Amino acid sequence: MGIFRARAPQPASVLLPRRRFVQGLALGGLAAGLGLPAFAAPAMAGRRVLGGTEFDLEIGALPVNFTGAARSAVVVNGQLPAPLLRWRQGDTVTLRVRNAFAERSSIHWHGMIVPADMDGVPGLSFMGIAPGESYTYRFTVNQAGTYWYHSHSRFQEQVGLYGPIVIEPRGGERFPAEREHVILLSEWTDTDPEHIYATLKKQGDYYNFGKPTALDFLRDVRGEGLSRALAERRMWNEMRMNPSDLADVSGHVYTYLMNGTTPTGNWTGLFAPGEKVRLRFINGSSMSFFDVRIPGLKMRVVAADGQDVEPVTIDEFRLGTAETLDVIVEPDADRAYTIFAQSMDRSGYACGTLAPREGLRAEVPALDPRPLLTMRDMMGEMDHGEGHGGHAAHAGHGAAGGQGDGVHHARAEFGPFVDMRVDTPRTNLDDPGIGLRDNGRRVLTYADLHSLTAPISASTGREIELHLTGHMERYVWSFNGQKFSDAEPLRLKHGEHVRITLVNDTMMTHPIHLHGMWSELEAPDGTFQVRKHTVVVQPAQKLSYRVSADALGRWAYHCHLLYHMEAGMFREVVVA
Amino acid sequence: MSAHMKFVPLTAALMFAFAASTQAQSQHAHHDDARVPSDAHTAHAHGAHGSHHGYGQPAAKPSAHADHAGMDHSAHAGMDHSGMDHAAAGHAAPAHADMQHGTAPAPDARPPADHVPPPPPTLDIGHLTHAQMDAVMGMNDNARFGRFMLDRLEYVEGGATAWSAQAWYGGDSNRVHFRSEGQRKDGTLEHADAELLWSHAIAPFWDSQLGIRRDFGEGPGRTWAAFGVQGLAPYWFELAATAYVGEQGRTALRVEADYELLLTQRLVLQPRFELNAYGKDDPARRIGSGLSDAEAGLRLRYEIRREFAPYVGVEWSSGFGRTADFARADGHDVTDVRWVAGVRVWF
Repeated sequence: MGIFRARAPQPASVLLPRRRFVQGLALGGLAAGLGLPAFAAPAMAGRRVLGGTEFDLEIGALPVNFTGAARSAVVVNGQLPAPLLRWRQGDTVTLRVRNAFAERSSIHWHGMIVPADMDGVPGLSFMGIAPGESYTYRFTVNQAGTYWYHSHSRFQEQVGLYGPIVIEPRGGERFPAEREHVILLSEWTDTDPEHIYATLKKQGDYYNFGKPTALDFLRDVRGEGLSRALAERRMWNEMRMNPSDLADVSGHVYTYLMNGTTPTGNWTGLFAPGEKVRLRFINGSSMSFFDVRIPGLKMRVVAADGQDVEPVTIDEFRLGTAETLDVIVEPDADRAYTIFAQSMDRSGYACGTLAPREGLRAEVPALDPRPLLTMRDMMGEMDHGEGHGGHAAHAGHGAAGGQGDGVHHARAEFGPFVDMRVDTPRTNLDDPGIGLRDNGRRVLTYADLHSLTAPISASTGREIELHLTGHMERYVWSFNGQKFSDAEPLRLKHGEHVRITLVNDTMMTHPIHLHGMWSELEAPDGTFQVRKHTVVVQPAQKLSYRVSADALGRWAYHCHLLYHMEAGMFREVVVA
Repeated sequence: MSAHMKFVPLTAALMFAFAASTQAQSQHAHHDDARVPSDAHTAHAHGAHGSHHGYGQPAAKPSAHADHAGMDHSAHAGMDHSGMDHAAAGHAAPAHADMQHGTAPAPDARPPADHVPPPPPTLDIGHLTHAQMDAVMGMNDNARFGRFMLDRLEYVEGGATAWSAQAWYGGDSNRVHFRSEGQRKDGTLEHADAELLWSHAIAPFWDSQLGIRRDFGEGPGRTWAAFGVQGLAPYWFELAATAYVGEQGRTALRVEADYELLLTQRLVLQPRFELNAYGKDDPARRIGSGLSDAEAGLRLRYEIRREFAPYVGVEWSSGFGRTADFARADGHDVTDVRWVAGVRVWF
């Protein structure tokens, strides 16, 4: 439909006066005439890459300065991001983690299949690591690929406790490359995350500076007539939904980082022209989706969430929070290329450079126009609710309507903490998502991802339907309308194979992460498609994945948007 | 800060060195990062691993599938992968016969995954209460928050000062809610009231409210029991409707509505409307029964920060019925239109 597209102001003009904040200080910092990231000094001390089977990691505070404001980060071995851990498939690794920080901490190995007591979730796996204490993680690495690790304690992940993991396959890489770089995307904020969270609780759209305005309305009236302009807005306004609700926390308080470096700092990865270069992208952010492209280069996707996939060549991909994606590029010219990762709400970007030598930069593209959600993002399958809407989706207690085929809303979804429900969700996986549709570039979708190996669960028994629910105004997030504190654990029988169906009853895109077990995404026809540890569910989308309940113990299952998780979008899964 | 600034030159030097060394590192010092081990090129030589599964399907997949053999399938060595492919074969699952096969897709032609289920945990932390879990995990989805907002703190043309404040504290379901509005002129409180309410979430956009209201200002003070709803109506109208029951059979009703029209992301035009009605005359407070007074305002604010927005506006107010009669008798204007200028602050 596209009727809401590109109405909001160009963020670039809005952000210009805030250039230094948005783009941060250069790593060299001298041009800005201000301080340097103070983490430079400690970083000298620690090694950036740790290999082998024995690891000593120390969690601690670190003074940093990304924007001209001195702040304190929580990091590993004095580094932000934490050191790259290189493991080998088949090895048993031992990681002694000492907590030198003032608060209880933890490290979770994201996407790693490890025993429950090695998973690093305080309160489920273990008791966390108290200040001054240590915990020894030991497990056998049976998988290969690109993963990451991060704190699972409060907001420590937001303030720097995350790092990459690369596991070398036992038999060598299936898709060999001559060189590789890890590219970890994240965000930094000078604002205390506790303050951000409290602010969201007080005003859910506080950080949204892309809302439709009266001037946009007047422009639409002039362009397409009053009745059309009103009609476009009618349903959003009736439902008290905001079509610009793309990111709860935006570039207003975020400076986006690539490998811990601001856009001005220009992280640079080297290549020799003609080489095949493997780029291991990791979204280690707390709240951001990144749309990544390298103008001038095609990217060949070879792995998703650490798992090899049928190669597919693309121009751009969206990386959900906590997802990883490996691509191979073949830059053959003796020139620089910009790796451009704009946030989904177009409020900022992380960027860096691929170059044949230091000091080169290529043009940094402008941010795309800020997209607005469409009716399809609210209603799912448009055929069912065409025209009068209201039947395909309701706001809270709004219009009564029958439940759609096969969608069951739990009773708690009809309570005060769920602001909408979708009765006719769409099931297609070939939608690149809001802001990437029909942009003229070949954008990766989940429909493009096919694992190279058979599913762990060849078939499934029972089906568990969970709805992603929430309330933007009250800033409450949940599964099936129940916050973590109100919900019983989800119990799986050891050895069973279940099919989990997620229905997104919100207007936001949620990356859902199940600990301990793979999420084997199915195509709409029920065939196995791709094995993932984090599954992004778009607004009004319904999708299913298989889970082999082969991991005994207590596991976390949650939205990987950190503030959604803290607000209740979290379940315990018990396999017994 | 100054200590930090002194630190800068040293840091700068170190940083420069570091930046250089990073490059060096990515070239050689940790070339295990940047360089793929050479044996990567020699893998995948073991041939058609995929064919021993007996799926009876040709290897229809692209070549990438055929050369998967570099993977070590030792975990599955000797397993019979024919028929249903429970690739996680090594795990201690109950007999497959027990499984209900809700879906029975065609066997997958792809080679099995190299997935190995994890061993069971050895650490048992026992049962934790939610409070203990919150403390250990640092996750509390029932935390209490509070907000204080001075909706309006304004100078009114003619020399009066008026305010409207709202504050709440509590969790998602239940909050203590405080509201107050009033006007002062020449050192006297003309009229004011304060309400203390228990606010409870009853519907997605609505809270019920129950509590007390106290009226101050000229005339005797009045105390009321208050019942109402406050929330967000379709089309984004903020609405509060409250009924009051006071001493000596007094009753009252107040309805307030406002709307925020975004001219830009920070420039907001806010129309508001308030209406008061009373069940019986209260001559001591110069209030008549029936619809007593109404206010309508239009304020244009600029959000320097979300929390701090100066504004200018105009406020129309009028008395009706017996209330208007009281005003006329006292020599006051029944209807007033005044400029206002003020600030909206919250934290």
